[in-house]
Parts: sequence; C-alpha cells; structure tokens
Amino acid sequence: MAEVKVIGSWSSPYTRKVEMALKMKGVEYDYIEEDLKNKSPLLLQHNPIHKKVPVLLHNGKPIVESMVILEYIDEVWEGPAILPKDPYDRAMARFWVKFIDDKCIPAMWKACWSVGEEQEKLKEEAKEALKYLENEIKGKKLFGGDKIGIVDHAANFIAYWFPITADFVGLRLMTENEFPNLYRWADDYCSDTFVKENLPHKDGYIAILKTI
Amino acid sequence: MATSGVKLYGGRPSPYVNRVEMALEMKSVDYELVEMNPYEKSELLIKLNPIHKKVPVLVHGDRPICESLIIVQYIDDAWTNGPSILPTDPYDRAIARFWAAFVDDKFFPLLRQMRDTKEEEAKRLVFEKVLEAFVLLEGAFITCSKGKAFFGGDTVGYLDIALGSFVGYLRVSEMMNANYKILDETKTPCLAGWAERLYSDSLVKDAMLDPHKLLESLTKLQALSKTDSD
Repeated sequence: MAEVKVIGSWSSPYTRKVEMALKMKGVEYDYIEEDLKNKSPLLLQHNPIHKKVPVLLHNGKPIVESMVILEYIDEVWEGPAILPKDPYDRAMARFWVKFIDDKCIPAMWKACWSVGEEQEKLKEEAKEALKYLENEIKGKKLFGGDKIGIVDHAANFIAYWFPITADFVGLRLMTENEFPNLYRWADDYCSDTFVKENLPHKDGYIAILKTI
Repeated sequence: MATSGVKLYGGRPSPYVNRVEMALEMKSVDYELVEMNPYEKSELLIKLNPIHKKVPVLVHGDRPICESLIIVQYIDDAWTNGPSILPTDPYDRAIARFWAAFVDDKFFPLLRQMRDTKEEEAKRLVFEKVLEAFVLLEGAFITCSKGKAFFGGDTVGYLDIALGSFVGYLRVSEMMNANYKILDETKTPCLAGWAERLYSDSLVKDAMLDPHKLLESLTKLQALSKTDSD
C-alpha cells in the first residue's frame, strides 16, 4: 500500500498546489503541518539543502521543490494530466512555469513589502513581466486550456494570494484596467469549484500577513 | 519523428548552449549551429526569444524553444530514438531535476560571483562557498550514479549534461589561478573522475568544451563586449 505524505504550510501557495495536484489525481495522503518558525527534524531530514516546504514523501522517499513535485505526481499517478502530452506544448508549459516563478512572483511579493523608490522599481519590474502573462492568457480560459494545468498551478499565487496581500498593504499593481485578461483568469481560477475548496480562508491568511 | 530542420542559435563558449549540443549529440540529431554574439541583442535574437533575449534558442521546424534545460527536456521528449536523457524512473527523474535546478540556481551564481569578485580576500570567501556547493554535488553524484560512471548511470544523462557543460569552465578557473582548483580529486574524488570520463564518453565527447579553446574564446568575447560598451 503506497504511503503518501505532504509536509507543508497552511498558508503557502506552494503547498496548496501540491495538495491540489494530488487531489486531482485522486491520491490519498497524510498532511503534516510544519511550523516554519521552528523547523522540525522531519523537515530538516527530508529537505536538508533548502529546508523548505512543501515536501512530498512517497513510500518514505522525499521529493522537494513544488514544480519538481508536480511533474513527479503527473508521472506516477493516472488521472487528469497536469502537463500537456505534446513535446512542444510541454516545453512551452515549462517555460511559463519558470517565467512565473523567476520573473513574476519575486518582484510582486517584494513590491508588497517595500516602500518608496524601491517599491516603484519593483512595481515596474512586476508589470513588465505581467504584460507577457496577460498576452499569453488572451483568448484562453485557463493557461492549461480548458482544464487547470501546471501553469495555472504555478500562477496560483498571482490569482489568489497576491490580490489579498496587495490589498492588505495598499498596493495597486495588477489592476483590472491594466490587466483585464489576467484579472478574468484569476477570477475564473478562484471560482472553480475544485480550486475554491482548496484555497486557505482569506481571513486566516490575512491574520498571518499581520504577523509579517 | 519528421526530419524538420533543426537550428541551434548561440555561441559555442556558452555552457548553456553547450548543454543543448550535448543533448543533440546524444540523440544523433542533425542540426545547424548558428553562431550568435550573446552581447549583441540582434533583431533576430529578439524575434526568437522576445522575453529573455538570450541564447540558446533551439528552432525545430519553425518553432523556437528557449531556456537550456527546457530545451534538453524537449529534445528528450521529441526524439524518442537513441538513449534516454532523463532517467526512466520517476523518482530518479525528480532527483535529477532537483539537482539540475541546484546547478542553475545555487552553483552557477556562485561561480559567476567568484569570477566577478576582484578583491582577493573576498574572492577567496566566495571560492569556499563554491567548494561547499560542489561537495553537495559530489553527494548527489554518489546518490544518482549508484556506483556507475555517470550521474545517469552507465550512460550520460540529464544531470551529466546540466553540470558537464560547466566542466570546461571549472578547468579554466584552475588554469588561470591554481589557488582556485574546483575539480579537486582530494576534495571531490568522484566528480574529478567523472569530469575526466566525460571527455572520452562516445556520446558527448565531441560536444565537450576544450578549456584551452574556452580561454581563447573568453578573451575574445571580453574584448568584444568592451567594444560594444564604448
């Protein structure tokens, strides 16, 4: 009997995307909440290099880094595909995942927690990156087409966590006016019945933001 | 697989371009290398890679693919004849992907920082961090190789390509200053042996970067970039 565990953090978009991927494949798993301010021996044993969540444990063997985990889940378990089948489409999906992780999210997150000139610079950087995503989602319901795919998972922070955080700190960045297609996608993504059930409650997340 | 034209845009001294060459060699794919000066953001480069404006770009048929490790995975997916680049087991694939990301996100930035640090004491400190990261990669080699010759086992694979493309540069570092020996058989014996084997492996030896030629090219490129900024 295969044993699947997820070590994660309740508020983390990276943990949530792994859980969503497992649920989409119908995989049963045990969830272990990690206190990131007081990292457990279990986490340090299974992710000694980065010491981060999420960690997927499959029959005791650890897999780390959320995108590596998602590709692993797609390869091991039957069910709706997380990545496209066609080699070129797979390459494009991986390209956008990396773009979102490297160019969009860091600038967006840092912009929330900076001020003055530095914030303006980060805002510009984030907007430049988001313009490419805006273009990419035009004419598509989801980045994965009709169904949620790996790029939608990669961008989950942009759809849900970022608007709440930006609102909390009073930052205007991804407005409906400037990014109508991304705005619509974020709404579609968050209203999806399956996704809705698996997002952390807004008030709970805001409570955590207050501690930063 | 249809024999549509395959073009690789980039300069040979780039370890990222080199990764793609290694992958194409492994699959015996006929391709044309279109040399591009990475410091010149030509109209063609902007057309091929509008977002990052960087090499390598692989064009297969008329479709461009960017980002070296993504290209390598594409090559593995698109050409199913020939040896597998990624391991067949999903767990081994995850481990290979993890360490390849480590090379790009942790190891290479440290190498670059070492190259860019001029002050001796500061450079020495970065060098220590490079060695620490390289020791972690030695551990990765022991895990992944399972006692065989390469990260990929009996044959070279994804991680051999991801790190192997830097071996020429690791040698150059030592050639320029013996105090900066990264491939050290006393500290990382497995990786020192592995690096040697790459140069004689039938699948990738023709693509491996010759450190002497690299040193020459590096000097030329540096001169070119100085001209561009004048």
